[in-house]
Amino acid sequence: MIAAQPEGDVTGVVARLSGFMAHLRVNGFAVGPGETEAVLTFLAVGDLADARWVRLGLKTMLSGDRGQWERFEALFDAYWFGRGVKRAVTSGAISRDDDRRPDIWRAVSPLGSSAELNAAVEQRGQEEGKPLDGAGQLAASRQNLLARSDLRRLANPDEVAEAERIAERLARAIRYRLSRRRVPSARGRALDLRRSIRRNLSKGGEPFELIYRRRPDRPVNLVLLLDVSGSMKIYSRFLICFVRGLLGAWLETHAFVFHTRLVHISDVLREHDQARAMDRLSLMVEGFGGGTQIASALKSFNDRYAREVLNSRSIVIMMSDGYDTDPVDAMVRELARLKQRARRLVWLNPLLGWRDYAPVARSMAAAMPYIDCFAAAHSLESLAALEVELCRL
Amino acid sequence: MDERTSASPPAGTADRDAEDGHARATAVSMDFKSLQCDLAAVGYIADDALAMALRLCVSLRRPLLLEGEAGVGKTEVAKALAAVLNARLIRLQCYEGLDANSTLYEWNYQRQLLAIRTREHERLSADEIEHHIFSEAFLLRRPLLEAISQRTPPVLLIDEVDRADEEFEAFLLEILSDFQITIPELGTVTARSIPHVVLTSNGTRALSDALRRRCLYSYVDFPDEQKELAIVRARLPHIDLQLAEQVVRFVQVLRREDLEKKPGIAETLDWASALMGLKMRSLDDDPQMLQASLICLLKTQADLKAVPREVTERLVGKVA
Repeated sequence: MIAAQPEGDVTGVVARLSGFMAHLRVNGFAVGPGETEAVLTFLAVGDLADARWVRLGLKTMLSGDRGQWERFEALFDAYWFGRGVKRAVTSGAISRDDDRRPDIWRAVSPLGSSAELNAAVEQRGQEEGKPLDGAGQLAASRQNLLARSDLRRLANPDEVAEAERIAERLARAIRYRLSRRRVPSARGRALDLRRSIRRNLSKGGEPFELIYRRRPDRPVNLVLLLDVSGSMKIYSRFLICFVRGLLGAWLETHAFVFHTRLVHISDVLREHDQARAMDRLSLMVEGFGGGTQIASALKSFNDRYAREVLNSRSIVIMMSDGYDTDPVDAMVRELARLKQRARRLVWLNPLLGWRDYAPVARSMAAAMPYIDCFAAAHSLESLAALEVELCRL
Repeated sequence: MDERTSASPPAGTADRDAEDGHARATAVSMDFKSLQCDLAAVGYIADDALAMALRLCVSLRRPLLLEGEAGVGKTEVAKALAAVLNARLIRLQCYEGLDANSTLYEWNYQRQLLAIRTREHERLSADEIEHHIFSEAFLLRRPLLEAISQRTPPVLLIDEVDRADEEFEAFLLEILSDFQITIPELGTVTARSIPHVVLTSNGTRALSDALRRRCLYSYVDFPDEQKELAIVRARLPHIDLQLAEQVVRFVQVLRREDLEKKPGIAETLDWASALMGLKMRSLDDDPQMLQASLICLLKTQADLKAVPREVTERLVGKVA
């Protein structure tokens, strides 16, 4: 207890405090020596017996997001007052730690920078067919291996977690490329005066050469339809991470999952707390039947959502293996309706990555005429390759 | 700002680098209660956690990140803090596509072109022209540069930081740690005073860990009944006490309903003043009018549908 510490006993306080920081770290807080020092400076000037004051101060200084903010009091009590259960390494705490929001610095740190990733991806796009070679390209060599292996083959949970992380990171990189930041260009709407004046200084400041800025002309509306039926089970976990990464505040994206029915999941996936999002999602998906009914799912999409979410700049990305229990002509009819509203239709089929796969499933063969881009989605590498396609569409 | 009075205690703590260790010590140890009172005096009711967060933000000179649902008064915090500290409020509203240029500085291009023209006959060398047109006189300060060039620390409000993209966030992080800005043509501008930075986020996008670590954090929740009543009475001094209590209790139970967008404090205040305008003394006075007035609280069609007359009556039954 803090109050039990005599005022002068500085080392005692420091030791107890280090223990508290370790306690927080175990519970998923990102606190380091810097934070410890700040807390000590804070405590040095206050009345340590005032538990309320200490508690509020530490809460403000040490928690980093809403989840931590809400758990702090319990952790504080557990450590200083021995109340409640000490939450040591519970599985919840671990998953929380793993799921900590990816950020552009940390998320891409093994890759160098997002620019490097983009470069790697771009290169990949140019030398179509050649596998990524060497470390420092998509990732370190170990990750590289992971990125290329078929997602089916991943067995141990660490690999799965790693693959999920990469999927989300890739999606973020793609989303970033699709953002609407203005870029300098030879022709455009707005003059880039800063660059123009700089460029023309050598000509005595007379504006000869003008430089413009424009909004990149990129598709900003994605509609994602993910098949979560039994046959897609192995892939849908990664794909859902991919979908989650693509959903962003400033990119207009809508996500749906289907099985025998269609459910709109954008809001669920935008949930701040990833663990909670996954819980809610599994609840929503649970009630579904066994088979896949692509046609009915598409029909309900066309009837209910299409008007709302599709516009002339929409790209619909369908992620399914094409095994359907509905009649083929029904699906074709719905695809045709969908195609009328959307600009492009991309079909990602995990099976396409298999050797010798040909779209012979009847429904898949019938769908081919409506598909603008038919690509594989069996490995993370294939997802990365998708970026080039998306920017082109 | 020179008109700032040193009489109010928090203003004293906001003093620049001059303060010695001891003064700093007393500043930090100062109870957040006094700040809470000062905030109340300018019409902002803060709970203990928030007052503490602001106390630390001011004393430790660390940016404060406020998260919470829309309408819980995050932006108002910064305004109230500026009023208490008697400091200038500089606001940077974030939006998609916001870039460094529009937050730091811009050159006054029209004037630059004009200057080049008028000096044409002087036959100056390119170097001289450059030196002339890239001087302070042609510089337009944008919020971030403005904030660090103040003599006395202003309150810098970076509103809805989650709306800006990740690249801007990285850039912001750099500014918030160094408080210096490099302008290629002029050199590095170092902060004259460190502003009190308040960032707000609605959680539309996950912020980076790096930014979170740099900031103090506080989650602003919907106020409890007591606090909300205090807010209503502070903002609408003429409201009938009975009505105020009913309004607050009604909004409190309404928030527990399954709504798309929960009514915030601003909505409560709107509704209370609407009811005052309608001359209602109590919520059960006129059910029809009450139902119509709910548009002040419920801002989407789905929510309006979710609270039909029967539900309203049930809720009123609970609170009246």
